[in-house]
Amino acid sequence: MTTTDVLDKAPAAAPVRGGRRRSATLLAGCTLTGLIALLALVSLVWLPYATDDTSGGRLAGPGGGHLLGTDKLGRDLFTQLMTGSRIALAAGLGSVLTAALIGVTLGVLAAFAQGWLDDTLAAFLDILIAFPTLLLAMLVVAARSATLGSAVLAIGLAQSAVVARLVRILVKRVLAQDYITAARTSGTSWPRTVAGHVLPNIWPTLVVNLALQFGLAVLAEAGLSYLGLGAPPPNASWGRMLQEAQATFTTAPAGALAPGVLLVLLVVGVNLIADGLRDTLDPATRQRRS
Amino acid sequence: MGRYLLRRLAFLAVSLVLASVVLFVLLRLLPGDPANALTSVGASPEQIAAARHSIGSDRPLPEQFTHWLGQLAGGDLGTSFVSSLPVGPEVTARLNVTVPLTLAAFVLAVLVAVPVGFVAAHKRHTWYGALLSGISQLGMAVPVFWLGMILIAVFALNAGWLPSGGFPQDGWAAPADAVRSLVLPVVTIALVMSASLIRYVRSATLDVLGSDHLRTARALGASFPAAMWRHGLRNASVPVISVLGIELASTLLGAVVVESVYALPGLGSLLATGIAQHDYPVIQGVLFVSTLAVLLIGFAADLVQRIIDPRLRGRLSGGAR
Repeated sequence: MTTTDVLDKAPAAAPVRGGRRRSATLLAGCTLTGLIALLALVSLVWLPYATDDTSGGRLAGPGGGHLLGTDKLGRDLFTQLMTGSRIALAAGLGSVLTAALIGVTLGVLAAFAQGWLDDTLAAFLDILIAFPTLLLAMLVVAARSATLGSAVLAIGLAQSAVVARLVRILVKRVLAQDYITAARTSGTSWPRTVAGHVLPNIWPTLVVNLALQFGLAVLAEAGLSYLGLGAPPPNASWGRMLQEAQATFTTAPAGALAPGVLLVLLVVGVNLIADGLRDTLDPATRQRRS
Repeated sequence: MGRYLLRRLAFLAVSLVLASVVLFVLLRLLPGDPANALTSVGASPEQIAAARHSIGSDRPLPEQFTHWLGQLAGGDLGTSFVSSLPVGPEVTARLNVTVPLTLAAFVLAVLVAVPVGFVAAHKRHTWYGALLSGISQLGMAVPVFWLGMILIAVFALNAGWLPSGGFPQDGWAAPADAVRSLVLPVVTIALVMSASLIRYVRSATLDVLGSDHLRTARALGASFPAAMWRHGLRNASVPVISVLGIELASTLLGAVVVESVYALPGLGSLLATGIAQHDYPVIQGVLFVSTLAVLLIGFAADLVQRIIDPRLRGRLSGGAR
């Protein structure tokens, strides 16, 4: 039992029995995530109002030409929610790709370390992980500027430590297997062994973890935007929409609720996908949990 | 155990020195001279040079670093570039808000998560076990600042029971007001923290429930509570404790968003201001103090794990690997 085992296994789905319920988790997750993705796709070709259309009157309630009402500048809320979905998805995807690229490379390299170097690397990753993503992000934003790119880079960097630690432990476990010894004895080079035997074996656990990181990245980007450190205006990030609507929560609740609801739906969606994938891809958990 | 303690303490000291080097170098990599914060736009080169000299940023990096280390050794965190006030007392004042906030939230989260996580695992085939798992799944997806906004709207703006934000000017000299202003922030952090903790507790409990030694204990006639108490608790708590350590450490600074929602003068908001103003002594001071806290928490977590699980004692750091 290792820390990473816990970290990795913890957000598992409720126990599932048989294939029908297992795919139900995956299906529910795909449906929720798909709805948000659909919103983002449609927003590329059609929007109810132009993003800079302030003709709606300030803080109008739902109805009357505006599905969810307007914000304090008179912009249509639903239009902003639609464009915000693009930012949320881009933040999740970009961060996870960055984290995967750096984390897998570092993790595989670290797995070959022995002795004190091994101990030191493990402890270093532990310390790095204890530092909140948001703080690292604030440093990156201070060094560059508050853009979606900075936010994605920062979140990806912070998450790569988590991925690296997971990969390190998974790879170490695989390297101890007999088939690795067999491959090496038969003359396969290390790079080929890693590509042909190690990566395919850590793949299921890795994918599940990356799906979880996707949800965390979406939340982190929303937090950054809430603090004014994410995508700059006029981009309608859900986090910034919430920040702007905070002062008028009681008078115009729609603006302070709708972006939050969409955030929760998207994150629950990808978490369900992660759970569904875990149960489908990993025979060990499938057996253990049934 | 004595030898382990010595090795672990040496490791702690080395980590701290390494961390301070990394901190110092990383901060110097940020573009922009800190002297910019002192001078107005369009300052003459002489004025900029004078500003650089006054804060020492014109000296070579190694010299700046040894100067900083010397100050640290004397317990001095330096002087803010912007306010010209010593950083140490400012950090202490902020810790007076952040430490009670973090600790109270942590304790509350553990008090909620341990029983709930246990029930969610033990009764996983019942409707309420599944419901508890579902709620924690939902809780993990809620942005912490949004939860804060909702709690403010419900309990402060609508019901008027608690203040919607801020911290009394006199700080803890007005204990009742200070406590009242921390209630909602504590609940906000605790709810989000317990949502993920429940998952870890549930998972650790599931592992123990399916373990051979628990089954053997039951087969030998021990009642379920007795077997859990003697064999289950100890095994389940080892992985949970390492997660607890990480959670506690990351909340200390991660509270910055919640501090922002509730307008609390905490450590996180001090760091945010420091970063915005390129105020190196403030950034360095806050990050150094929090690194120390992170390392000490890790130290404590390792120690507790070793007391609980003798099998770990040969290892330097972390849980069983």
